Amino acid sequence: MSDSLLQVRGLEAFYGDAQALFGMDFELAKGELVAVIGANGAGKSTLLKSLTGLVRVPRETVRWKGEAIGGLAPGEIVRKGLAMVPEGRRLFPSLSVEENLLAGSLARRAGPWNLSRLYRMFPILQEKRHQPGTSLSGGQQQMVALGRALMSNPEALLCDELSLGLAPIVIREIYAAMPQITAEGMSVVIVEQDVSLAQRVSRRLYCLQEGRVSLQGECTSLSREQISRAYFGME
Amino acid sequence: MMASNYSVQRATPLSHAAGAVGALLVLVAASLPFWGESSWMREFVEIGCYFIFAMMWNLLAGYGGMVSIGQQAFFGFGGYVMLMLGNFAGINPFVAVVLGALAAGLVAVPVSFVAFRLSGGYFAIGTWVIAEVFRLSFANVSAVGGGSGTTLTALRGIERATRESVTYWMALGCVVAAIALVYLFLRGKRGLALLAIRDNEVAAESQGIAVRQTKLAVYVVAAFGAGLAGALYFVGNLRISPDAAFSVNWSAFAIFMVVIGGIGRIEGPIVGALVFWALNKFFSDYGTWYLLGLGLLAIVVTLFFRQGLWGYAQQRWGWSLFPTQRRLVLMPDATATAARRPLPAAQHTDLTLHPSHAKHQ
Amino acid sequence: MIETLLQGVLLGGLYTLFALGQSLMFGVMRLTNTAQGDFIVLAAFAVIAAQAGVGGSAWLAVLAVLPLAFAGGYALQRFVLNGTLGKDPLPSLVVTFGLAVVIQNLLLQLFSADPRSIETGGFNIQGLQLGESLSVGALPLAILGVALAATAALQWLFGATSLGRAFRAVSDDAEIAGLMGLDARKLYALATAIAFVLIAIAGALQGMRTTVAPSDGPLLLLFAFEAVIIGGMGSFWGTLAGAMILGITQQIGFRLDPGWGIWFGHIVFLAVLVLRPQGLFPKTR
Repeated sequence: MSDSLLQVRGLEAFYGDAQALFGMDFELAKGELVAVIGANGAGKSTLLKSLTGLVRVPRETVRWKGEAIGGLAPGEIVRKGLAMVPEGRRLFPSLSVEENLLAGSLARRAGPWNLSRLYRMFPILQEKRHQPGTSLSGGQQQMVALGRALMSNPEALLCDELSLGLAPIVIREIYAAMPQITAEGMSVVIVEQDVSLAQRVSRRLYCLQEGRVSLQGECTSLSREQISRAYFGME
Repeated sequence: MMASNYSVQRATPLSHAAGAVGALLVLVAASLPFWGESSWMREFVEIGCYFIFAMMWNLLAGYGGMVSIGQQAFFGFGGYVMLMLGNFAGINPFVAVVLGALAAGLVAVPVSFVAFRLSGGYFAIGTWVIAEVFRLSFANVSAVGGGSGTTLTALRGIERATRESVTYWMALGCVVAAIALVYLFLRGKRGLALLAIRDNEVAAESQGIAVRQTKLAVYVVAAFGAGLAGALYFVGNLRISPDAAFSVNWSAFAIFMVVIGGIGRIEGPIVGALVFWALNKFFSDYGTWYLLGLGLLAIVVTLFFRQGLWGYAQQRWGWSLFPTQRRLVLMPDATATAARRPLPAAQHTDLTLHPSHAKHQ
Repeated sequence: MIETLLQGVLLGGLYTLFALGQSLMFGVMRLTNTAQGDFIVLAAFAVIAAQAGVGGSAWLAVLAVLPLAFAGGYALQRFVLNGTLGKDPLPSLVVTFGLAVVIQNLLLQLFSADPRSIETGGFNIQGLQLGESLSVGALPLAILGVALAATAALQWLFGATSLGRAFRAVSDDAEIAGLMGLDARKLYALATAIAFVLIAIAGALQGMRTTVAPSDGPLLLLFAFEAVIIGGMGSFWGTLAGAMILGITQQIGFRLDPGWGIWFGHIVFLAVLVLRPQGLFPKTR
């Protein structure tokens, strides 16, 4: 497809001797919001880590805008326009909120995202900008993590379990910012365990089960039952 | 779920053979005073002390996960207590060796209150400071000769040949005892507990393993062993001084022996001690160049042979003389329900006591 | 008493310089450099050797050694020490310990065991009158000045510059820092390079203040280490404070009895460890 940004074919990933992904195919087009769902240990995080270079995979299995990028250094991949919000936020405890955001701008590309725009999107961060990153609440930390990834002005944003450990009202607040992110054509991949959330937010979804894609398709065309079966691995 | 039988295999054929050979060696060695030269006996005592000290350091660092460069505190303490008991309390110095070791083990308890405040690299240096405090303290006690040290007078009356033979047998006994002590300690539940603690302290604690007590136990045992080595060394040497007793070189040599031989394995220190002894024999005349070479060798082995020479052999060829590994052999049940992904015929899980750093290549 | 305190503070200035490099390396990459003291001694001897080369001027010699120290530190970290980093403290400990042995014996081989010092053309005996009965050496005062400047510079580097931010990020979470485009290996090498410049300065000043001998290293390491622990980890001003306290403690000990000075310092260090293990001025992480 000509607007395919990200193409993954036959992706296998290992942690030492343990295999986590068994030949996955995945595709992300420009401007799309795709969800990846699955139970714990299904391989969702591993998929994202493989895309961003945190887990080494064969060069050819991941293509970004036609270029093979599998196994490149994370910093290089970010510079090409693929950024990630890691699972569990992973802010830098020694850095303030603003410094954490600035850390993301090292691999900066041209684009609309900067500190002031982020502060407009999440005003509470401006208020707390000199406080240590980890002194904020879970939801606010997630905002910082999201902002940090946006600071590099990526073309595709990978979000690993944004909702992890957050109260529903906070999750809503964070996802409410999604339209602002996708407004200018940024592609987003969200990884979630919460199926209904994923269905509400995205147009297309992949369901992973034990390292394989067990189901994929447009959210509207997939039934509840289909998804449950694929999620839990029942034949 | 599959019902299966399993057995825990410990020994390998090689280790059985080695056990027999070892016993034979000990018997031959015990007869040495009757046919060997006295210089051999003295060398054995010396190398035996190095070895016991290294083995205890190995227990502490490789298994206990506590890397210390201050074990010489207990080495010297054991030596001085032995000397004081021998010279001032009229106790037979050979008995005093064991008492010195016990004293070292006991003093390790209050020392641990201080040392355990630190961890990692800073624990290592902290133990060195403690050893320095021991050294400076003893250097200021005039009753034992202050900074220049003193001699062990309690053995004056005994004929030289007898003294050397008894010292030698004592050393042989201590070496065998030290090996047995460490081997049995690690083979038992404590050994498994140590492995769990070293891999993940918090998880181990949550499983009911008394982390602090286990670490203290290892520290005390290692101190006892160091004290034993020290007391034995100065019975052989007859002369003690703070600089000799509390020198950081003891730790340096122990580290060298263990790193060369392979940390975390019982055979490692044996291999390391032999290599050290050989290097000492042939190259110590070269003085500074020899020491420089040792330093470089330790660096190279650490960088490129993380598991030491013996560890490399174990990895490559599966050699194991002291079977503290546990191999879980699964025998699949013939009437098991069909699993989606059937297991191969026999599945081995090697719970070898690999030190954590072996995984970090 | 005032004089003891003053001498202690001046000594603390020197100890600060010993300790800053250690604090920096541990802060950025959790590496314990057990060869710290030996590198200081090596630097001093390098200045002595350079001094012979540049015809007598100590200051020129120091200037010549500094860039060498920077390059040497960078190379050492990049090609040797980076390979020892990880959860296990043993490899870095053994390698730096091995380096200590190599350096000591190399120096013994090249310079013999005799203590040497750096010729300062009389600067080291100059003094300043402070009031009626007090005088301070010009060199110790200069050392204190350098220590304060170095501490302030490091604190500024870490707190206000993007390089400092990079150091802190990589020290917190090297993996995620990599995701942000930060190369941990190069940053570690740069940190060590800076630490080695500090080490070179410390060595030069030590060599000017007093004599240096190849076997001096271990004791200097212990002083550096004690200063860092007493002060508390995580802040350079903390290290300075710790160094001051150590210096003062030792001076008090020397006053009571010349043989007990260093011992007293050790005891106070152990006391701080027992009573306040996080140090006196730690920065919470």
